[in-house]
Amino acid sequence: MSSRTLPLLFINLGGEMLYILDQRLRAQNIPVDKAKKVMNDIITTMFNKKFLEELFKPQELYSKKALRTVFDRLAHASIMRLNQASMDKLYDLMTMAFKYQVLLCPRPKDILLVSFNHMDAIKDFVRDTPSILNQVDETYRQLIEIYTPLSAGEFQLIRQTLLIFFQDMHIRVSIFLKDKVQNSNGRFVLPTSGPVPCGTQVPGLIRQFSCTGEELKRLQFCNGGNYSSALREGSFEMFGERVIKLGTNMYSVSRPVETHMSGTSKNSAQHTKVNTAPNPLAKEELNLLAKLMGGMEMQRPANTDSGFRVNLFSTDEEEEQALISRPQEFSYDVINIQATKDKQANAELAKIMGEFGATGDAAPSASSKGDDLLAMMDGL
Amino acid sequence: MYHKEKSIQIKSSASALYNNLSVLRIAPRSLTYFAVVHANVVNMVSASWDGLNYSHRQLQSKEGTVATSSSLIMQAAWCVLPSRDLLVLTSQQGIQMYESDGSIMVYWHALDSPETPTAQAVFARGIAAVKEKYICVGTSSGSVLVFDIPSKGSNITLSEVLEEHKDSITDMASECSGSQECIADLVSADDSGLLCIWKSGEDFQLLNKIPGFDMTCSSVKLWKGTVVAGYGTGQIRLYEAVTGILHAEVNAHARWIYSLDVAPFSGLLLSAAEDSLVRVWHLTMTPETNSVEIDHMYNECVTDTQICGAKFCDGDGYAFAVTGYDLTEIIRYTQG
Repeated sequence: MSSRTLPLLFINLGGEMLYILDQRLRAQNIPVDKAKKVMNDIITTMFNKKFLEELFKPQELYSKKALRTVFDRLAHASIMRLNQASMDKLYDLMTMAFKYQVLLCPRPKDILLVSFNHMDAIKDFVRDTPSILNQVDETYRQLIEIYTPLSAGEFQLIRQTLLIFFQDMHIRVSIFLKDKVQNSNGRFVLPTSGPVPCGTQVPGLIRQFSCTGEELKRLQFCNGGNYSSALREGSFEMFGERVIKLGTNMYSVSRPVETHMSGTSKNSAQHTKVNTAPNPLAKEELNLLAKLMGGMEMQRPANTDSGFRVNLFSTDEEEEQALISRPQEFSYDVINIQATKDKQANAELAKIMGEFGATGDAAPSASSKGDDLLAMMDGL
Repeated sequence: MYHKEKSIQIKSSASALYNNLSVLRIAPRSLTYFAVVHANVVNMVSASWDGLNYSHRQLQSKEGTVATSSSLIMQAAWCVLPSRDLLVLTSQQGIQMYESDGSIMVYWHALDSPETPTAQAVFARGIAAVKEKYICVGTSSGSVLVFDIPSKGSNITLSEVLEEHKDSITDMASECSGSQECIADLVSADDSGLLCIWKSGEDFQLLNKIPGFDMTCSSVKLWKGTVVAGYGTGQIRLYEAVTGILHAEVNAHARWIYSLDVAPFSGLLLSAAEDSLVRVWHLTMTPETNSVEIDHMYNECVTDTQICGAKFCDGDGYAFAVTGYDLTEIIRYTQG
């Protein structure tokens, strides 16, 4: 569908990832300088010029698994390490948060305001580092240039493309459950009250006209909701108030990150089966992915001792338990399997992944590229 | 006015696409067929009227040519012609026509798509059967393709391409009242809200263009010479097709309208939107003034569901069916 979807998906998921990491870095009392370095390194990688050039090229969306691979690498672009259970949880939280924002945004065009809320917050994270701030601003200009001229219909196509990407994901997130915006079955609550979107009138009026355009009569009907007039429109400029709150930071030290992991119904298991069916595209997609990730530059700590691990759970025991008890239907391990099957086709990807080697050692030897890729992925 | 009946389960959930529910009533066999699109799959269900038998079938968007990427389907709809019924699928790669039960693909039309993706998406969307032998399908470039359908067999030909729209086609509809007096027999709608009114024939004739207001018209119907159009603003507008005179404007929904349907015998109108509401309206023609009036009849809230498809199950509007994004069921409502 829309070939303009990937940049928005990446930036918004990236924004959610940064909110969560920022909260975890504080909650685990990571020294300020180290935490700052992690945030700066990840943001530098996210907004790398070469990477964004690839990202902004018109293209179809990647599969869930492929995109997860991109974010695995991004999360490990600095000295911080996450084990698999924490990474799974991080990705669940990111994706459910953005699914919520896409589903709830009043007009399709408001997805751009959601993105701007993320971009504004990212700029605030790097406000003291002008070089990174410039990089982010460059992307900001690009977003405005590409997206503000699009019509309502084109934004709806982008929104529909995103909703297909997020289809059948019903992971329950405690912060949403507490705020009563998500039901216990994992579906989001859709209000039938509050302000209508900009450009929409409160439902309830029928106007009849004569052949000459005169208004003949007005009839009211019961709209079955409790709506109010639209709020003013948010700013689509680089600065200004966005008005809508979707895409702003919902985490704080007092509102920690938690997820409930559970299969929501027998139906969800059934859907996952459909979605994880072998994809004939895998090879083509991995090539594209390789191209995209070729632009990701990774920062390596000068000495490996300065690295540290962040946990998305309250305790290590909880984290271990999560890994064991994670329902099979939520497992993200498909890329690994495909990579072994198709070693040669993925030489390029393997090479790039090799450059991201967790230890920062020299590139692996040519003969074992595919295996190294697997080993590395397994090690996440 | 309506009450909820037992739902029909579908094999995979509905995608958020305009007019994402099609219904075909097969009276001789006391069956109703339903079709709902899930990403690159169409879920078909055949339901017996006694509610005892359901059979399922899934159609993939596999193309006649080499296996390229599995393309997403934009719409699936049955086309009822006097001689035969066909199930038409539109996707990013082209148009597939099947026998009505989905058993045999009888025709495949590929869209011209560039080697590398361009900023402008490529897809077909908007399906309508017109008069004796035409099936019209819209495309993302704004072209409307007219196919000539033989009474049997697979010798389907592309007979004409109508180039009046500049924006992506969203929906198309043919006159549904069966009235022979109506001059206009096809309406096409696009992303800018432009409506084109056509008279079918060996050469399709453009009768009128009703300008939009830069807001998508996502669903459109044509009934007794009146165009019923639903928009992204949640409005419904009623136009006289041939003159373009606006007869009524309704602030109908709080979010994008995704589906409209008319029960041709009773004049009931169904509207459904992302705001989780389905509304039933009544259209009345006043022959003296040649105008149409609209009254509100009924609301139904499908809690926490962005509705993407809603259709009457019969020509009187005695029952209707609804589905929504992420839903794995078709919910039915019956009068009484």
